[in-house]
Amino acid sequence: MDGSATSPELVRSGDQLAIARLISMVEREDPSRLAILKALHAFGGRAHVVGITGPPGSGKSTLTDKIVGALRAQGRLVAVLAVDPSSPFTGGAILGDRIRMQRHATDPGVFIRSLATRGHLGGLSRAVSEATRVLDAAGYDDIIIETVGVGQSEVDIVRIADTVVLVSVPGLGDDIQAIKAGVMEIGDIFCVNKADKDGAERVVREIRAMLETAVLNGAATRFSGLYVARATLGAHAPISPAADQGAFHHIAAQVSGHPNLEIPPVLTTVAETGQGIDDLVKHIKAHETALTATGYLRMRRESNLAWELGHAAAERVLSALERDERKETVGELSRAVLDKKIDFYDALDALEDALTRSH
Amino acid sequence: MERKIRVLVAKPGLDGHDRGAKVIARALRDAGMEVVYTGLRQTPEQIVSASIQEDVDVIAMSILSGAHNHLFPRVMQLLAEKSIDDVLVIGGGVIPDEDIPGLKAAGIAGVFTPGTPTTETIEFIKNNLKRGI
Repeated sequence: MDGSATSPELVRSGDQLAIARLISMVEREDPSRLAILKALHAFGGRAHVVGITGPPGSGKSTLTDKIVGALRAQGRLVAVLAVDPSSPFTGGAILGDRIRMQRHATDPGVFIRSLATRGHLGGLSRAVSEATRVLDAAGYDDIIIETVGVGQSEVDIVRIADTVVLVSVPGLGDDIQAIKAGVMEIGDIFCVNKADKDGAERVVREIRAMLETAVLNGAATRFSGLYVARATLGAHAPISPAADQGAFHHIAAQVSGHPNLEIPPVLTTVAETGQGIDDLVKHIKAHETALTATGYLRMRRESNLAWELGHAAAERVLSALERDERKETVGELSRAVLDKKIDFYDALDALEDALTRSH
Repeated sequence: MERKIRVLVAKPGLDGHDRGAKVIARALRDAGMEVVYTGLRQTPEQIVSASIQEDVDVIAMSILSGAHNHLFPRVMQLLAEKSIDDVLVIGGGVIPDEDIPGLKAAGIAGVFTPGTPTTETIEFIKNNLKRGI
């Protein structure tokens, strides 16, 4: 049934049922989705992918709703992927982000899909990157990804989005929160929401101070690519330290001497009333323009693809190890290590040899 | 990846509160389902459009206001217009017994009135899905 309701042609024509069914195939990792995704590949890469992230209750859904409204007023086609957590115990989920966005439900220029994390950590679900490609090929101009409510280290969004909006609110903690590593490092635009509440100005000041210090320390500049490089490479444990170091130095070398040293903007909004939304959308679009004009968009996407390819390859290796004949090899090597016949690293080398021989 | 049952829980019409719908949403979540909750005051058009985008297996609607004889069949009509026949649609809320046969004839597969144990609704969903899980 799913197979007949969706096809590359239907997705390309913007058929919402076909798009929705393809995303469901992506979610359940249906192997037959691959032929469709491959056929859609040529049509991707046009959408501006915007991540909205921040702690639970900071107003991400309401902000997303208002951003969708502003982009629709400009005539742009907008898709939203809204991620909420699955229960680690039952696997069930309440996907409630949509409540704030239902006024767009019948607008044919808007597509909203709620996704459960299904056990995936990092603030997104595994389906998000493929679902983003589906929506891109379907012709949406802007794709907004709303992450789960994040804590300090859910930074996967920076691997997928061209522009990350980090939402903060007053009253969450003292100024040490702003200088910790992790989520506070990934914002291209900082948005202090609920700015009508006490303490908003202090949050703005603390974030500004954090960003300015980062620039002084040589760690962050808005369009310098160094910022792009840190955000996309530095915030994660590298897959291969040597390769990542190389890529980092490569990018850093390319950007040295670049004059566009500007720190990410820190904006204030009251999403509930719409205050500050136009300014926020202006900055989101300015970031896209700057990324494109400086060539950093391509660099950022390349770096993200490299990361995704590496992880997909690692997953293939892991599932290859699950196959029977390999399981036996792994078992034999483990016993040999246990019996002190070889050491762990010799076992690892032997396994790598076995894997490369058959590939 | 294991297939998850996805359910849209919606409140059509002008009801003032959604306590019952939230109890159902929570019960379905605890039964391992993914529940898309759309909140109060939804039109049939919004419900059908959301159910398409979310690709749900089930639409569960709750009405307290008495407008069920109009709004439930309207949802069925909109689904039929889109040639969608593989979504299970159920209803609940304050619904007089004499209205139930008419709603079922309109395509509402199950009607659950106040006092129905949530386990009964969960079992009904699991046993009556129109798509393979």
